[in-house]
Amino acid sequence: MNARDVLDYIGIVPLLPLFGAALLLLFGRRIGEPIAGWIASGLMALAFLVSLVMLFSLLDLPAQGRLQVNQIFTWIPAGTFSVHVGTQADPLSITWILLVTGVGLLIHIYSIGYMHGDPLFSRFFAYLNLFAASMLILVLADNLLLTFLGWEGVGLCSYLLISFWYHRNAAAVAGKKAFVTNRVGDVGFLLAMFLIISTYGSLEYTSMGPAAKIVGTGTSTAIALLLMVGAMGKSAQIPLHVWLTDAMEGPTPVSALIHAATMVTAGVFLMARAYPFLEMSHDAMTVVMWIGAITALLAGTVAVMQPDIKRALAYSTISQLGYMFLAIGLGAYTAAVFMVLCHAFYKGCLFLGAGSVIHGNGDNQDMRIMGAFRKLMPVTAIAMVVAWLSIAGIPPFSGFWAKDEILVDAYADGKYGVWIIGTIAALLTAVYMTRLIFLTFYGNARFGDAFARPDGAEAVPVVSGGSDEGDRGHGDGHGDGHGDLALADDPFADEPTVKFDEPPRPDRLHGHRPHESPGLMLLPIVTLALLAAFAGLLNLPIGNLDFLARFLEPVFHGVAVPDPTRSQELTVEGLSVLFAITGLAIAVMIYRHGLKTPSDDPVVDKLRPVSTLMGHAYYWDEGIGAFVGGPGKAGSSWLDRVFDQKIIDGAVNGVAGIAQWFSRIASRVQDGYVRRYALGILLGAVAIVLFALLWAGR
Amino acid sequence: MTLATFAVTDTYYLVLAAMIFTIGAVGVLTRRNVLVMFMCVELMLNAVNLSFVAFAHALNDITGQVIVFFVLVVAAAEVAVGLAIIVAIFRRRRHATADDLQALKG
Repeated sequence: MNARDVLDYIGIVPLLPLFGAALLLLFGRRIGEPIAGWIASGLMALAFLVSLVMLFSLLDLPAQGRLQVNQIFTWIPAGTFSVHVGTQADPLSITWILLVTGVGLLIHIYSIGYMHGDPLFSRFFAYLNLFAASMLILVLADNLLLTFLGWEGVGLCSYLLISFWYHRNAAAVAGKKAFVTNRVGDVGFLLAMFLIISTYGSLEYTSMGPAAKIVGTGTSTAIALLLMVGAMGKSAQIPLHVWLTDAMEGPTPVSALIHAATMVTAGVFLMARAYPFLEMSHDAMTVVMWIGAITALLAGTVAVMQPDIKRALAYSTISQLGYMFLAIGLGAYTAAVFMVLCHAFYKGCLFLGAGSVIHGNGDNQDMRIMGAFRKLMPVTAIAMVVAWLSIAGIPPFSGFWAKDEILVDAYADGKYGVWIIGTIAALLTAVYMTRLIFLTFYGNARFGDAFARPDGAEAVPVVSGGSDEGDRGHGDGHGDGHGDLALADDPFADEPTVKFDEPPRPDRLHGHRPHESPGLMLLPIVTLALLAAFAGLLNLPIGNLDFLARFLEPVFHGVAVPDPTRSQELTVEGLSVLFAITGLAIAVMIYRHGLKTPSDDPVVDKLRPVSTLMGHAYYWDEGIGAFVGGPGKAGSSWLDRVFDQKIIDGAVNGVAGIAQWFSRIASRVQDGYVRRYALGILLGAVAIVLFALLWAGR
Repeated sequence: MTLATFAVTDTYYLVLAAMIFTIGAVGVLTRRNVLVMFMCVELMLNAVNLSFVAFAHALNDITGQVIVFFVLVVAAAEVAVGLAIIVAIFRRRRHATADDLQALKG
């Protein structure tokens, strides 16, 4: 069996989790906890192993021949146009399946610990497996339509998982919001496909290169921008970013897997796949680049203000995704993919760490009532510190290499505007991540009775000193079943998410101490932290150590890669490190001692009213809400009253009325007198006879 | 013109048939009694039969006479059904005039 035959079987990779999803949906209740979780994780592990086999098979092939398309069957035969179900194995799809199955596996394992005790435990894993299958279909498809199938599949799973705790109103609403917002983007995706079909006629990726040349610059611009609308929806770029922060209502592993590591990068994947259209159109690239840059900057400013640990990370995700689109807009596709990988590692680690923090302190997400957790949750703390240094862009951690490759490309390409914005966003990244880490793990303890006492600032040693005996005792029982933790005296049990400007939440520890999570949850966190630390080795800009760039080069064949000189690289890298350290230092200075009281955050207080604007995410989301709820609703009800009821219903009822009027008159003929009927028959017969004699007989 | 030379041609039969048919048609239209209307319908049918036979003789074609048998059979069946309806009406009402039967009026 040669390498190409092996690659033809790459379709097995999505089938494994798909089988798991079917199995758990049908028999999940009977399988129960924790076997359901282990089945799902085992299938993901198997999928990861198969992906590794595929990687090595691909590496067996000569570099320029690393493309294997397998058309399995014809899906839609329609005259000259037809769509196949097929797989495309090339460096880009292999990179992505390794990411999805690898990070997915870790998050599956984490979920076994995190979802412990949930009444819908097995259904959760069915959804996770279904998500993994959809994502794998998305990246392995050999044409846009099959990718769209996976695209909608991940959208569905995202919806199902955001509103997993559907009995909470906020979760149900957030799921709907994510679904609807994504549909807006999907319109762009669909229109792009229609445009390709009508101008070129084939949706296959391998034909995109010639297609882009044939349809010309204008159509290519339209196609690229429409695909970008789709990508904006899925990857939460301004202005369609509003759903991602609300998606944090879902269980934290979901936030990590779907809304940080994999699904939100689907837009980046799509743009990378459709690169021939971008390459044809300078305008489209500029638009993509600026959307990315603006998103990176604005989301970063919002993240600084958030009191909720998950919402801060969500805005951070939006900001980091902005970097990826910035790279796509520069034509630096490899840099974008590198960023996707590194981001998956460090953001996955941060989200899982945040989940561990939330899990360990009574489902509280409000950073203002955390602090000094490093001794209570040492493993989580160390892992998150590594991920923090990585995302902040401190060398030699992976985030530095990923971000700086993008910034160097921007600088070398002469795009100084986006380079400056990117550098400022990097500074903001350092600020908000440092704030998050210091509010959580360092500074003063602001939870429980530690703060209630007047000597709250000195309560840290007390808490850490006595952490052992109390923690283990309630460790398992406490974090159980996030849904049924609702206590009668806790008004926030169903609303864990803390929005900006809300007063600090009451402590939810009920006298317990925050505790470290079980080993099952720590293993994935630590693994991801290690990956976040060392993923930079994948693509070092030194000599020929740029493995990823050389691996992906055949995919983006013929793309002019910006070629920075050594001095440009050093200048940009030096400046970014300087900015990152500045941001870090500023935040450390402000948050070194934590918060004086939970209700005053120095940055938020000092920057008023700007901080209000930032904290509310520039009122974009609230503006949409106000518009749709106010004039939008009024306009709709006006349309309902006037257009729908008067014009549409009027037309329908009018036609019916005319028919009624006519039949009322016509029915008078039927008066029931047999002789009149007989007369009618006779006259009719006479008329026919006359006609026959006078006309037809002539 | 003597009686012997007076030949009854087919035309006579057709005129007679037309007259009988007209009597029947007028009867159906003017009379209210259902039984009388029935007899008028029979008159019309038999007028047609007569014309059929006349044509069969004139054209020397047996088909016309065959048709007559069909008409007789159909008429017999029609009478059976029609009388049954009339009997049913009589059971429900005093009269059996056609104008009383307006239940199916539109």
